[in-house]
Amino acid sequence: MSLCELPSPSRRALLMGGTGCFAWAFLPRFARAAGGRDMRLVTIVLRGALDGLSAVAPIGDPAYADLHGDLALRLGGDHPALPLDGFFALNPAMPNFARLFRAGQAAVVHATATGYRERSHFDGQDVLESGHAGPGFTASGWLNRALAALPAGERVGIRGLAVGAVPPLVIRGPAPVLGWAPQAGPASAGDDLARRVLDLYARRDPALGSALAQGLATERMANASMGAAGRGDMGTPAGMRQAAEGAARLLAADDGPRIAALAFDGWDTHVNEGGATGRLAQLLGGLDAAFAALEAGLGDHWRDTTVVVMTEFGRTVHINGTVGTDHGTGTVAFLAGGAVKGGTVMADWPGLSAAQLYEARDLKPTTDLRAALKGILNVQWGLSRDVLARDIFPDSDGVGPLTSPFV
Amino acid sequence: MSIDAVTALNRFGLGARPGDLARVASDPRGALKAELQPDRALVPAGGEDGLAGTSANIQASFVADEARKRLREAQAVSRNVLLPSAMTAGGATAEKPEPQPELRIYRAEALARFGMARDAEIGFVERLAAFWSNHFCVSASKAPLLRASAGSFEREAIRPFVLGRFADMLQAVERHPAMLFFLDNVRSIGPESRAGGNGKRGLNENLAREIMELHTLGVGSGYSQADVTSLARVITGWTFAGREGRIGEPGAFTFNSAMHEPGDQMVVGHAYLGGGFGQGEAALNDLARHPATARHVATKLVRHFIADDPPPSAVDRIATVFRQRDGDLRAVAAALVDLPEAWSPPSAKMRSPQDLLMAAARLTGAKPADPAPWLGVLRMLGQPLWEPPGPNGYPDTAADWASPEAMKLRLDLAAQIAHGVKGFGIDGAPDPLALLDIAAGDALSPETRDAVTRAESREQGLALALMSPEIQRR
Repeated sequence: MSLCELPSPSRRALLMGGTGCFAWAFLPRFARAAGGRDMRLVTIVLRGALDGLSAVAPIGDPAYADLHGDLALRLGGDHPALPLDGFFALNPAMPNFARLFRAGQAAVVHATATGYRERSHFDGQDVLESGHAGPGFTASGWLNRALAALPAGERVGIRGLAVGAVPPLVIRGPAPVLGWAPQAGPASAGDDLARRVLDLYARRDPALGSALAQGLATERMANASMGAAGRGDMGTPAGMRQAAEGAARLLAADDGPRIAALAFDGWDTHVNEGGATGRLAQLLGGLDAAFAALEAGLGDHWRDTTVVVMTEFGRTVHINGTVGTDHGTGTVAFLAGGAVKGGTVMADWPGLSAAQLYEARDLKPTTDLRAALKGILNVQWGLSRDVLARDIFPDSDGVGPLTSPFV
Repeated sequence: MSIDAVTALNRFGLGARPGDLARVASDPRGALKAELQPDRALVPAGGEDGLAGTSANIQASFVADEARKRLREAQAVSRNVLLPSAMTAGGATAEKPEPQPELRIYRAEALARFGMARDAEIGFVERLAAFWSNHFCVSASKAPLLRASAGSFEREAIRPFVLGRFADMLQAVERHPAMLFFLDNVRSIGPESRAGGNGKRGLNENLAREIMELHTLGVGSGYSQADVTSLARVITGWTFAGREGRIGEPGAFTFNSAMHEPGDQMVVGHAYLGGGFGQGEAALNDLARHPATARHVATKLVRHFIADDPPPSAVDRIATVFRQRDGDLRAVAAALVDLPEAWSPPSAKMRSPQDLLMAAARLTGAKPADPAPWLGVLRMLGQPLWEPPGPNGYPDTAADWASPEAMKLRLDLAAQIAHGVKGFGIDGAPDPLALLDIAAGDALSPETRDAVTRAESREQGLALALMSPEIQRR
């Protein structure tokens, strides 16, 4: 063989070499907590700000249908929403979550938010993941500090798992964590990024825009003919399911990690958000498939598992000029798993009438998201209120743990 | 902060590192000219894994070639007689030779080249080095010997002259073993020479043609096929010594008079009398000073630094300086800075993949321990290092670098870098707006600022920033 025949894999595959970081060889053995339960915790951050009103719709609120316009969910029609109780109904793209809810293994926290009240994605995600009261702290995430604070007797081996090519901030920090990425990170850019770049070029550089649009069209044709899927892109439904499957496999192993952090992209639905069907519904379908994959993959451990799904903030109650929603405040968090005392939507419902909205545009947050997160760590991981208020969620003395949904 | 500072760093340099815009803001033109120090073009003598010279690199390739040949033969034997190969290949005690030293050398050279670009003050000198390396390109893909010597070719024949005299660079290039091998002059034999066997063996015109067409006069500048053939005769015997070292140090340039065509030659109207090595030196010196060469080089320089369609006034100005200063490339570089056309926004030139990668690396402080991921990026984007598609080098216009397929690949790359592909060398997820402030300062367009501000995650913001015209163009 001559050197002219350098290894030359397909150009697109090339970057992916060496990026998958399966860490089987480094998985340490550690003892099971003697006598206690062997808990699992999965956190999923939805980056981009989930429209809580289209995910779990307050159908019983008289203002909802008008305010949320074409995006509003309905109990009738072709794609009826799935009723959770007499007031709230779930997006029909989430049948697995509805099933878990009926089985008492899933709950919703509504009208919730972190302490952050501005509307920047970056800062909002930093606050959500750092656990601090405001932006500007990105050295470590609350889940990592929780790992570090676990009782010493149980801290044998590496208990944390970061899913994705970039570890989510929530699990970055001093405590060592394993890293794993489905495939190797996105080989090819997601649709949402492509749309945004095209939009920028349309306004700023039409020549690059027309070239890129043509390149993307060719790519789509090629993918359609080859049946290629965007493996590893956690902004697609398939990518979400794959990430959850992989995480579940690792979490289910006796000597595997116990606490995992995932992050799914693509929730910034400014344009053509859709309601019971459409873009957001597709993403919610991906999240729903991730719940199912975690339940199936964790097997017997599902009994001792809590999955919490959270986002940096919500979206406007009104529909904007491009049939989407803009950055807002209050939204939902999902809880699922055998260790969740489910079947309820927990909400101190603020109402949607004009006077009840936050800054006349957003769902007003009435439950601090940190209360639910503290509840998990307090009830299931034994962290004291003091530790939680001091080390895990600094400056949160006024936010007590919400313990009722967790066993 | 002036727009001129952005222009200096992007159009002439390799993009801003943190603080660079402020550093050059008071006098962007002066900062560019201040970088024009000849030693800035030289790769510093390395540490313990220092880079070797071309003859050593070629010798390593010779040795590896021998070993690969023996291995093939041994495998053929062992297949025939069903013996374990170790028993026929000299016994189990034989030390196993390094299978591909050429690749190791290529990667070490690549790492040094990346380091030069990443650490340059502005990168104007590095851009000039890359320009001349591309003007006088060789390709590592032709043979293992070239993979082993493409990097040292650039260090020995290009960099010492980037701010020196064009004629000196031309002389160094055309007698460099990598070029003599790449364009087949090592196979060219004067039909009437002692080695010619009374006309049985003969000329290979490849190098002579490219010297005229690509390296000096330019295509269509008036030379004829007869001129090409004559120049080919003139440079017969320009070769390097083989592994046996019969005519010199293996892998080093030598003039093999046994292969040289004797007699007088006419090249582009000049007579070169009497044969010998001096005949070729003289012919190259005259070609370097031909007015068509000045025009050809000026056109390429202006196309590279200023615009895909070079403004005639700018080409005239650069060609004049080239002629009047006898091919002083430092004076020519300074004249490029002085062109009024160089300072008119907007940035219309598309960054080549190499320039884009280096700009992204300088912006993010990326520092790969291993050059392989960056080499992979360049291959993916269609500009593999020291492997141009032909002797005319990589293309240099937006039509080539901003094709639909290329833009799609750039988008994929931006997404991959933003999602922290291992090996690119970025730690964590940098703040994309802070990066754009480093790169563009006040010149950042509101459209790009909006798009990045609205990104749904830091990663997406970084990908958008990398795809923005502010980063893609220069």
